[in-house]
Amino acid sequence: MVASTPKPQSTNRIGLTLADYKGSPSTLCDGCGHDAITSQIIKAFYELGIEPHNVAKLSGIGCSSKTPAYFLNRAHGFNSTHGRMPSVATGVSLANKDLRLIGVSGDGDTASIGLGQFCHLVRRNVPMIYIVENNGVYGLTKGQFSATADLGSKLKTGVLNELPPIDLCGLAIELGCGFVARSFAGDPKQLVALLKAAASHKGTAVLDVISPCVTFNNHEGSTKSYKYAKEMETPLHELGYIPFYEQITVDYEPGTVTDIELHDGSHLRLKKTERNYDATDRALAVETIAQAAKDKQFLTGLLYIDEKKENFTDVMHVVDTPIVNIPNEQLRPGKEVLDEVMKGLM
Amino acid sequence: MKTLEANAAQKVESGRIVNDFSIEVATVNGSGSQSSNSVLMRSIFQMGIPVSGKNLFPSNIAGLPTWFTIRVNKDGYIARKKEIDILVAMNPQTAMEDVKNLKPGAVCVSPQELNLSAVRSDVKHYPVPFTELAAKATENIKLRKLVTNMIYVGVVAELLNIEQSEIENAIRRQFKKKQSAADLNIKASDTGREWAKENIRKDDPFYVEKMDKTAGKIIIDGNAASALGCMFAGIQVAAWYPITPSSSLTESLIDYMKKYRVDKESGKATFNIVQAEDELAAIGMALGAGWAGARAMTSTSGPGISLMAEFAGYGYFTEIPVVIFDVQRVGPSTGMPTRTSQADLISAYYLSHGDTKHLVMLPGSVAECYQFAHDAFDLAERFQQPVFVLSDLDLGMNNWMSDPFEYPKTPMDRGKIMTAEMLEAGKEFARYKDVDGDGIPFRTLPGTNHPNAAYFTRGSGHNEKAGYTERPDDYVKLMDRLLKKLETAKKHIPQPIIDKNAKAKLGIIAFGSSDPAIGESRDQLKAANVETSYLRLRALPLTDDVKAFIASHERTYIVEQNRDGQLKDIIVSEYPELATKIRSIRHYDGLPLDARFVTDSIQSQEK
Repeated sequence: MVASTPKPQSTNRIGLTLADYKGSPSTLCDGCGHDAITSQIIKAFYELGIEPHNVAKLSGIGCSSKTPAYFLNRAHGFNSTHGRMPSVATGVSLANKDLRLIGVSGDGDTASIGLGQFCHLVRRNVPMIYIVENNGVYGLTKGQFSATADLGSKLKTGVLNELPPIDLCGLAIELGCGFVARSFAGDPKQLVALLKAAASHKGTAVLDVISPCVTFNNHEGSTKSYKYAKEMETPLHELGYIPFYEQITVDYEPGTVTDIELHDGSHLRLKKTERNYDATDRALAVETIAQAAKDKQFLTGLLYIDEKKENFTDVMHVVDTPIVNIPNEQLRPGKEVLDEVMKGLM
Repeated sequence: MKTLEANAAQKVESGRIVNDFSIEVATVNGSGSQSSNSVLMRSIFQMGIPVSGKNLFPSNIAGLPTWFTIRVNKDGYIARKKEIDILVAMNPQTAMEDVKNLKPGAVCVSPQELNLSAVRSDVKHYPVPFTELAAKATENIKLRKLVTNMIYVGVVAELLNIEQSEIENAIRRQFKKKQSAADLNIKASDTGREWAKENIRKDDPFYVEKMDKTAGKIIIDGNAASALGCMFAGIQVAAWYPITPSSSLTESLIDYMKKYRVDKESGKATFNIVQAEDELAAIGMALGAGWAGARAMTSTSGPGISLMAEFAGYGYFTEIPVVIFDVQRVGPSTGMPTRTSQADLISAYYLSHGDTKHLVMLPGSVAECYQFAHDAFDLAERFQQPVFVLSDLDLGMNNWMSDPFEYPKTPMDRGKIMTAEMLEAGKEFARYKDVDGDGIPFRTLPGTNHPNAAYFTRGSGHNEKAGYTERPDDYVKLMDRLLKKLETAKKHIPQPIIDKNAKAKLGIIAFGSSDPAIGESRDQLKAANVETSYLRLRALPLTDDVKAFIASHERTYIVEQNRDGQLKDIIVSEYPELATKIRSIRHYDGLPLDARFVTDSIQSQEK
């Protein structure tokens, strides 16, 4: 396989090149925020040295949901129905808990048609990375408002949004999610760190990434445009990710950094800003999100993390072997079992 | 074979009707009468006499009328019988109407304070002082309502001559782990029996007498049978949402799996069963699991089937194995959730938008509920598509007598899976390519460790390599291959069971729970010199046997439990040239089909 081709110059820890993590060419509009996110997914998985064949990519319907075709060609992909990716992901996880799941959804797919399934996925804490590529509009159907559009945001046609947005991060925290982050497609450094941290998390990791739609929501008056997001982005902290297979070094002033050990032994370092935000304080996270909405602030970073929470696999009390790998002989009980059941019914 | 009428006449002459009558117990739901009715039914079964029980219950937890009927029949007829011979009228709300519905000569056991003998003088009444007897059976006031149920069992047992030892065995079995409850109930039944012995002068013809027709037989409901089929199919993942009348299917499965599919060393499960947030999620989970390579199923009823429509089409078009159980009830909408029906046939067969046609299995007995549940997983994985198993409330929730189920004779058929080893050996892989000429492509499972293993599953147009396409030729090719797969499947689905009668000008076609009534009706017709042939359909799509059967009879009656003749429509649209030979009989009042209805319908059309 890889060995049969000349060894490329740059490979990751499992000997694969960046190209091995790429997908088919994107068919989205030039400059689409989603493509920027795709690039960071490729980068994060490459740098982490995740085996691509061990990944399952899942999505719903919409522009965002097309993107799993644009990364990790060596991973199986499941572009499901509108708003129903969470249930499919849950089923995949139930069948094979050893697969790494990455789901890509959009604001329409998650906050409107799929809100129910999103809530139940988070409630169950299904182990997966769940990315919402959030642009506040339905791109594929040409620019209708979505349920995450901010109050007072304007469509290209001048139509004003008079309904309040659903804040998916606030909702996820409310539902008990143990990893909730908000980021921006135009902030690759922060995004890649969050993606890596999400890959090290044990349960559902929700990443709400503002991803401007260059065609339908990038104009003056939009609160999800590149210009608006760039100007307004206020990071809660600076993020540094140290994978479990690298040595930890101390190169910071005591008290300036919070170090969080992630489930797989990797570390996330949150360098404090003047805000002094504590991402392990759930009440603070809820309050911060509410306050930011009130102040029309665009806060990014890791909003909340809880590395202790049991995930869905834990609570199902199943054998260590993934269900799908149990041999047939162990799946069908013997004849004596049928005889016993039949006798009991006579 | 002798007819029922002839038998009945013969018996009445001798003053005794033995092992051929029906009992109806009218109570309110939530009163605990289900246990006593089971005891009554089981004690007769233990005496070797064929029985069948049907519970007619409301969609409610407590306080509404419910009726339990037991048909005792020496000839083994187990369909519903409309006429009630012995009524136990325990429900004051319905007692008047229940008594009015009896035919002259029937028996009525009732609480004496209801004073029902004033309502009908042509019925044999046995008024019983239940309140007084309950007080005698237990000092605990709270338990008196419950023991009343077992008191009527005692009274009926004495009237019919059911041995007390059989009643006791049945009670012990019912309250297996609760010794004190068993003792109390035995005492209650004995109280009823003793009172009857001293106070009733029997003046009716109904008796039971020991037979040997139930030795080695089991009693089970169709949902539990389906659950067993799933377990012996090696099910790995189930996702479901509670809905009457299918809930007990997965609940039975959970019970069986917890007992028999737990790893002995670790005590951990070798399966995952999840109660989903709704039916959409339930089928989504099952499809996700099926895609990942697990044997997966979901179980539901009509309203759930509607919700699963989009995913059913997705599964068909992307070729993902999954088994969907539909225990049918009366619709549309909430309809009558506790009544039986066969009205999801068309919606299941064509479920989803676009051109979809699914494999649909139609079990006609509890043994087939077991067998087809098992086979459905093989079919789903072999043909890589959703497979529907349609039973109904009557089959699923009522208790049926059956021969014991057979252990699977064949190993599990996991279908065409391309492994890493096959890819390593140089096998070519294109997810949607018909390599064997049977319409069935190979699939790889996520996690397969080979650079060529992965593919992208999408509900949008896709070519042989699973790539996105909107090309007309790609789409037509794919749709035609899906149809070819269905053609291949015709040889693997359960074939119809045909009883061809050379003398018959008339044919009957039916499916599912209609079977017992059809068998009995054919005997009734034969007694009236009407010969019939019978084809019992056991799956869709239709096979040529159906066409040949209709073609070889002057007229064929398609009997089904829905208003619009859904099977008739499917058959006529498939074989329009046979339309003039087809007659339709439709039963859709929510009650199980009875033989007399079929017989009368055919005879009135044959006049």
